[in-house]
Amino acid sequence: MTENAPIISTGLNHSFGTGEARKQAIWDVDVSIARGSLTVLMGPSGSGKTTLLTLLGCLREVQDGSVRLLGAELRGSDEAQMVMLRRRLGFIFQAHNLHESLTASQNVLMGLQVHGAGNARMQLEATHHMLEIVGLSDRMNYLPGSLSGGQKQRVAVARALVSNPQIVFADEPTAALDKESGLNVVAMLKALGQTRQTTTVMVTHDNRILELADRIITMEDGRIVNDAET
Amino acid sequence: MSRLLTYLFGRLPIGWLQLSHNKARLAAAVSGVAFANLLVFMQLGILGALNGSTIAPYTMLSADILVSSEDGNTLTDSGNVARTRMFQALGVPGVASAAPLYIGNLPFSMTDGTSVSLLAFGVDTSHPSFVSPVIAASLGALETENTALLDTQTRGVPETAFHGLLEGKPFSFEVNGQTMTAIGTLEVGGGFLADGTLVVSDQTFLRFFERRSSGAPSHILIKANDNVSLDSVVERLEAVLPAQSVKVQTLEGAAKADLAFMSTERPTGIIFGFGVLIGIIVGIVIVYQVLSTDVADHLREYATFKAMGYGQPFFLGVVFEEAIVLAIFGFIPGFVVSLGLYAGLSAVTGLPVSMDASRAILVFLGTLAACTISGALATRRLAGADPADLF
Repeated sequence: MTENAPIISTGLNHSFGTGEARKQAIWDVDVSIARGSLTVLMGPSGSGKTTLLTLLGCLREVQDGSVRLLGAELRGSDEAQMVMLRRRLGFIFQAHNLHESLTASQNVLMGLQVHGAGNARMQLEATHHMLEIVGLSDRMNYLPGSLSGGQKQRVAVARALVSNPQIVFADEPTAALDKESGLNVVAMLKALGQTRQTTTVMVTHDNRILELADRIITMEDGRIVNDAET
Repeated sequence: MSRLLTYLFGRLPIGWLQLSHNKARLAAAVSGVAFANLLVFMQLGILGALNGSTIAPYTMLSADILVSSEDGNTLTDSGNVARTRMFQALGVPGVASAAPLYIGNLPFSMTDGTSVSLLAFGVDTSHPSFVSPVIAASLGALETENTALLDTQTRGVPETAFHGLLEGKPFSFEVNGQTMTAIGTLEVGGGFLADGTLVVSDQTFLRFFERRSSGAPSHILIKANDNVSLDSVVERLEAVLPAQSVKVQTLEGAAKADLAFMSTERPTGIIFGFGVLIGIIVGIVIVYQVLSTDVADHLREYATFKAMGYGQPFFLGVVFEEAIVLAIFGFIPGFVVSLGLYAGLSAVTGLPVSMDASRAILVFLGTLAACTISGALATRRLAGADPADLF
């Protein structure tokens, strides 16, 4: 386990429900993810990979064990500390979760404005540049309702990456994309790892992108059953 | 609009963008707030008219102190005072002069059969200093038997009558089998108790009110000496006059007491005050419904923003931004429609229903406060936005 890894979990357990309805979803997970790597979490539905992603991603309270994220212990952290940590992360959701009232450009801008008002013109330029990178320069002022599923996902990717996050957590980011678009998105995440040392943790069932992964962690019944570097 | 708000907030105006995205919901919300504003404006307008018409008769008088029957409620709703109290008062140090004032309700029928009720004020024509300059200028003419000054805003009197009066043509009408002749005009305005006002001499008054006696006026008007504390004169008068039969107030204090009585003890004042409260509650409920529905509809987006690192102040800001937008957008049409309804109501009823800046500002601030309260209640729903549920 590398001490300066951006993500380190030790003896991590997590349960849902109480009393007789209590069900343990994560069992004693020890994992350390290296800076700049592209790690894929695989496994059947209900294997605990999404729960693990939310625990590592500071979206769920750590009940038992330890998660050190970017050097900060998440167990026992208060809401304000969690909020500040999340600003250093990027999230890509399967359902993209774009704000329907905001244009593509405004959705991406939200990823920047969380860091403060800053220089509005520079923020706008960065937003437009990010949308150009994901191939949506001609859709900047479109509302999500006017975009295709793939275009929405690319906006979500742009939103997650525009603030240069140190870690990107992605849940099935290629599910709504065709093969070429999917590979482009993952290739972009991998390139970020190489150029900016951005760490990516991705849950996916998409075998087409496994060849780009640096590491594949397979989970079953809340446990890591296979952990392989490629 | 978005650019202006972006400039003002230093961030994207999420609240405005959310509201304006769903035009139908925005229109319904704005209509709701406008309706609540309209309710409040109308109630305040009528309450204002009630207060205005209560105070209006005081503008005809020029006195420092009013001696009234102890059981009197207001200037126009009072028992009689023995005129001997006036002579007693004249003997009190600090009292310069005194005069009786007679008030009574005089119903009469127009030639077209319309019934009009006039509040008649009988004044002492030998004391012009106790009435307003407009009345004082006509006191000499009022000494002629059965002559009067007629309120130009009297309901039910044809406008042609006033045109003639303004051109110097007297207007005669019949009351209790006697002819009354209006020889001049004054402006007081109708009220809730009468259609208009009539000023006559005390002698004419007693002729039309056969059961009234010159020895029992409605009030006694008192002027104090210059440079004398009115409160001290009031205290001296109270020491001399029997408290069980008369009360002594400054004229200003009497007007305030009338307002308080009409607003808090008469059903009309309470009803309109209650109407204001209902309007405010309706507004709060409408805005709360709109905002809480909006929050519920956007929980997933809010959860996404939470995952991105936006904190609670941001979400509160969005909800309050929506509340303020609704307050402003709802106030404007509510205010404009109220202006039209005020004009219509005033024309139809003759009541002094009018908008003033202080009322507009008060209602606007009240709207902002009500919307803010609604926003504060709606923010409780934000707790349902859990970013962990997004995966």
